[in-house]
Amino acid sequence: MSDTLFDKVWRRHVVTRYTDEALIYIDRVLLHEGANHAFRSLAAMKRRARRPRDAIACADHYVPTVGREKGLEGIEIVENRNEIALMERNAREHGLTLFGVDDPLQGILHVVGPELGITLPGMIIVGGDSHTCTHGAMGALAFGTGSSELAHILATQTLWQKTPKRMRIVVNGRLGLGVSAKDLALWIIRAIGNDGGIGYFIEYAGPAVRALSMEQRMTLCNLTTEAGARGGMIAPDDTTFEYLAGRPYAPAGALWDKAIAYWRKLATDEGASFDREVELDAARVAPQVSWGTNPSQVVGVNDAVPNPLDEPNAMRRETMQAALDYMDLKPGMRLAELSIDRVFIGSCTNARIEDLRLAAGIAKRGRAVVPTMVVPGSRSVKRQAEQEGLDRIFLAAGFEWRDSGCSSCTCVNGDVVLPGERCASTSNRNYKGRQGPGSRTHLVSPATAAAAALTGRIVDVRSFTGA
Amino acid sequence: MSMAEPFTQLTAVAIPLDETNVDTDQLVPARFSKLPIGPGHERVLFHDRRFLAGDRPNPDSIFNRPAYQGAKILVARRNFGIGSSRESAVMSVWSFGLRALIAPSFGDIFFNNCFKRGLLPIRLAESDVDKLFTHLLPRPGATVTVDLPAQTITAAAMTFGFDIGGVQKMCLLKGLDEVAVTDTHQEEIAAFEAAYDADFPWLATQLRAGAR
Ligand code: SF4
Repeated sequence: MSDTLFDKVWRRHVVTRYTDEALIYIDRVLLHEGANHAFRSLAAMKRRARRPRDAIACADHYVPTVGREKGLEGIEIVENRNEIALMERNAREHGLTLFGVDDPLQGILHVVGPELGITLPGMIIVGGDSHTCTHGAMGALAFGTGSSELAHILATQTLWQKTPKRMRIVVNGRLGLGVSAKDLALWIIRAIGNDGGIGYFIEYAGPAVRALSMEQRMTLCNLTTEAGARGGMIAPDDTTFEYLAGRPYAPAGALWDKAIAYWRKLATDEGASFDREVELDAARVAPQVSWGTNPSQVVGVNDAVPNPLDEPNAMRRETMQAALDYMDLKPGMRLAELSIDRVFIGSCTNARIEDLRLAAGIAKRGRAVVPTMVVPGSRSVKRQAEQEGLDRIFLAAGFEWRDSGCSSCTCVNGDVVLPGERCASTSNRNYKGRQGPGSRTHLVSPATAAAAALTGRIVDVRSFTGA
Repeated sequence: MSMAEPFTQLTAVAIPLDETNVDTDQLVPARFSKLPIGPGHERVLFHDRRFLAGDRPNPDSIFNRPAYQGAKILVARRNFGIGSSRESAVMSVWSFGLRALIAPSFGDIFFNNCFKRGLLPIRLAESDVDKLFTHLLPRPGATVTVDLPAQTITAAAMTFGFDIGGVQKMCLLKGLDEVAVTDTHQEEIAAFEAAYDADFPWLATQLRAGAR
């Protein structure tokens, strides 16, 4: 029988079935400050975490990105300080694996899990955060969920699920120079739509995907939820194993050999069938920029903003018009002409070391003309960037070099974009008000963001020579 | 999670929210997502659309129109509840008094969360949702009937069927909490776990050593 990667992992985790739902076993559960709701439910049920060490908690959403040397007590927004303190207390009481605000390994959950080797191929990982799909890059089956499901997982280590449909997205060819995994991901969402993935679990395959580094694969899988899919995954291969070898929580010695032997078997078999197959050509991908208020509303950097009048579907036409009004754009405008008020380089999409190297490569060529913030995805990323001297490049270019956290991706930590401001952002969501009330977000790659910092405009990084 | 109220049949005023892509940031602006559930929580739902500066009700919001007061059903277009996994999105819908949501598609996480609160989200064929809108929009205050055992929605002379997962249906019908249902499978979970840990020793030991 021919199986998909998804089937192999899924089936190995089915404990039992009831009608059309399966009770699946969960290997790792990921929590952030939002999990306090789940701890409350757990307390109401008088339950404790069943496998506490296998639950990983990170302080990331509410942590400030300045003044961190003052520790928890130094957090100025009282609500945030309390919420972080409560999460850390809950995690300690239950004996979870905790990376608190003052931990030298603190960072965004979806950066910390892979870089420490906590996330491994073949696992089922569920997190109280929609971007848990990031971990699919490792060949894990990973998806986000709400806090009452988290409470269920903490209490039972399982979750009831209907089997999703499977989609394979094969990307042929190779990405062009200056085009990143972020551009590819946005381009895919544009191709299948922000609801194109609903009900599906996606496998990314094909030569262009195989050629991506581990961190680029994380960027690609990270954005899967923006197409409405539960998650996306990539079969583990030598790139995966090389990345994992020697990471603090990755298996070692005889266990490593045993693990690899199993991981190699996880690839989709020849002839396995999917409910939907999509084939795309990487050579056609240009740097992408979002113009609207959902991540499928993107165009190539040199293309014009689309005209709602060209959209035959009335509902979509209205949605487009509302997005244009909110973003203060006119059909036919070229995004390359837009001036930008602020730049954010960070988030679980694009705040790993490779992302920062790309941004620094551009930052070297000039000085920021608009406020620009670089927020590393974790303290480990920050330390490595400083060892490589990237912090000095950013500072010399007038970029702010902050401490790690979610920051302006969701802004609950206070790093807000002001009303009416246009922000070139490497994050993953451009919803209305996502970066603060009235904020206007243009999703871009780290290189495009850095070039926007130097020019105050969206420019094509492929022809950008400096400012 | 405490036991939810059982859900069987419901006849109530339905709000036709004629919008696609209602994301969770609109349902509950991020700054409210930390609020614990309690009295007054119903104000959070669509807060920035329902209220003007100074917390005055926005007369333009459909939620503030007299005909829709006491509504328990919401009908929306595609992709309702997409976006962040914030639980408060479901909780605010619940606190507001809504018990059934009907749309052609939902954000996955939001959809699954609804059941945990005893809220019934219904994926209905887009053409049927169109018919519901055509019926409801010119008739503010019109009611709709949702029959869970029969898996039907009725409005005036129209009846539509819908699909639902087995465990989800059982939990809603009996007002059962899923953890209690899962607990009846404790032995299977323990047996599964023993075999699993033996097959994948690197997972069983990964995070065990040392407290962090
Ligand atoms: S960086 Fe943004 S998307 Fe990622 S976990 Fe944090 S808030 Fe969510």
